[in-house]
Amino acid sequence: MAADPEGQISLRGVTKVFPGHGGHPDVHALGPIDLDIAAGEFFTVVGPSGCGKSTLLDLLAGLSVVTAGSATFEGKRLDGQVPDGIGAVFQQDASFFWLTVWDNVAFGLRRRGMPKAEIARRVDQALAFMGLAAFAKAYPAQLSGGMRQRVCIARTLVLEPKVLLLDEPFGALDQQTRLLMGDELLRIWRETGATVVLITHALDEAAMLSDRVAVMSARPGRFIDIVTTGWPRDRDSRIVSDLGFATVTARLWDKLREESLRAMKTPENL
Amino acid sequence: MKSTRFDYLLLLAGMLALWQLVHWAVGPDVLSSPWATIRRAGELVATRAFWDHAAATATAFGIAGVISILAGIALGLWLGLRRFAGDVADPILGTLYSIPKITLYPIILLLFGLGVSAKIAFGVIHGVFPIAIFTMSAVRNVAPVYHRTARVLRLSPAATALTIMAPAALPEMLAGIRVGVALTLLGVLIGELFASTSGLGFALIRAMDTHAVADIMAITLLLFVFAASVNALLGFVERRARHGG
Repeated sequence: MAADPEGQISLRGVTKVFPGHGGHPDVHALGPIDLDIAAGEFFTVVGPSGCGKSTLLDLLAGLSVVTAGSATFEGKRLDGQVPDGIGAVFQQDASFFWLTVWDNVAFGLRRRGMPKAEIARRVDQALAFMGLAAFAKAYPAQLSGGMRQRVCIARTLVLEPKVLLLDEPFGALDQQTRLLMGDELLRIWRETGATVVLITHALDEAAMLSDRVAVMSARPGRFIDIVTTGWPRDRDSRIVSDLGFATVTARLWDKLREESLRAMKTPENL
Repeated sequence: MKSTRFDYLLLLAGMLALWQLVHWAVGPDVLSSPWATIRRAGELVATRAFWDHAAATATAFGIAGVISILAGIALGLWLGLRRFAGDVADPILGTLYSIPKITLYPIILLLFGLGVSAKIAFGVIHGVFPIAIFTMSAVRNVAPVYHRTARVLRLSPAATALTIMAPAALPEMLAGIRVGVALTLLGVLIGELFASTSGLGFALIRAMDTHAVADIMAITLLLFVFAASVNALLGFVERRARHGG
């Protein structure tokens, strides 16, 4: 899938510098980066640890502001406020332990003052969609890590986001669960039609799920390659046995190997 | 749940057995037997004087508890939300928490005189610091991902504080309240032991003066049951907040 000249999400010459404090020098975390993500695309960013992947996601979500350049969502500047239509799920468990699964998923809708009947309809639908219907009355503490992450995804999906940002959402899960959650994610992506931007350090995950994979350099993070996979839209995790999968993974690793070595040798100075 | 209850019964039986053994070993002039103590406690709770003392202690404990909780939470919230103030106050609070408060007792007496206000003040200086420390750390330890989630859900700062930060910090705050309330009772009783004319602490010290071993043991037992009940109740509330149900 080729990027539109002006994507749903668009970055132009974006850099992010964190000002140093207490005598530490400024940290040039990211950029300059140019990027266009088309509506409905599954876009993944891989890179060595500490390369600014999460910084990039924060910028895309509108959680932080660019130091230079411009970042836009549907043509509007991202200015430090998360715009309506963007949902995000993070690596850390963000389920609300004091609420039942049902109330967790209803949280955002209630805050928006939606009519009760509509909330109930959407929550029940999202729970069924995420395979959580049987756990509606359970509390997060009673669920596994993977199930809690599903709760967070469901809580985001009920708001019907146009863009779903995922910051290593399966990073804390075991490999089998990750593959199955990958299938789940593809299904969500297909059936909601949302744009998905996934941040991960797992090459196989990136190669299996994405329309395009961007490989980031060590800090300051830049795109050193963007690989188009050419997978059909109705793919699933079984694509790992496709010959093309090995080619894509090999190309990603080829680019990433050098950067990972560089990242390992760079002392963390944050 | 059943096995925990059984464990409690086992523990209780073990403690009673140990108590009886020590009683046999040291004799009734030092330690009255469990049965004699329980019987004496039964007699005490039938007297008017006991309930007058209990009411005096309960009043001081109640007021000191409420002041400790309100002041502790207010102080803890303020310090928890202001990084710099919290960093400065943290070691100071820790020191205040750990100094033996008994050394302040003469000053408290000079300030408040003999009477209920000194007891309350002594209870409060025991209870307020742990509650402040737990509250401060509860607010500071709210997972950063909740802050990010609140922003992605486009909540206002007020809605974030009320619907996410408060419930997220609540279990640890309740743990602090449990510790603080227990120490408040300790402070009130110590106050009554040393300079007071009423309250269970006073009744206890008078029983010691007259070497009424059964009375000492009976009052101690009743205080123990009361303190354990308060602790269990607060523990129940805390567990509910932690697991959400």
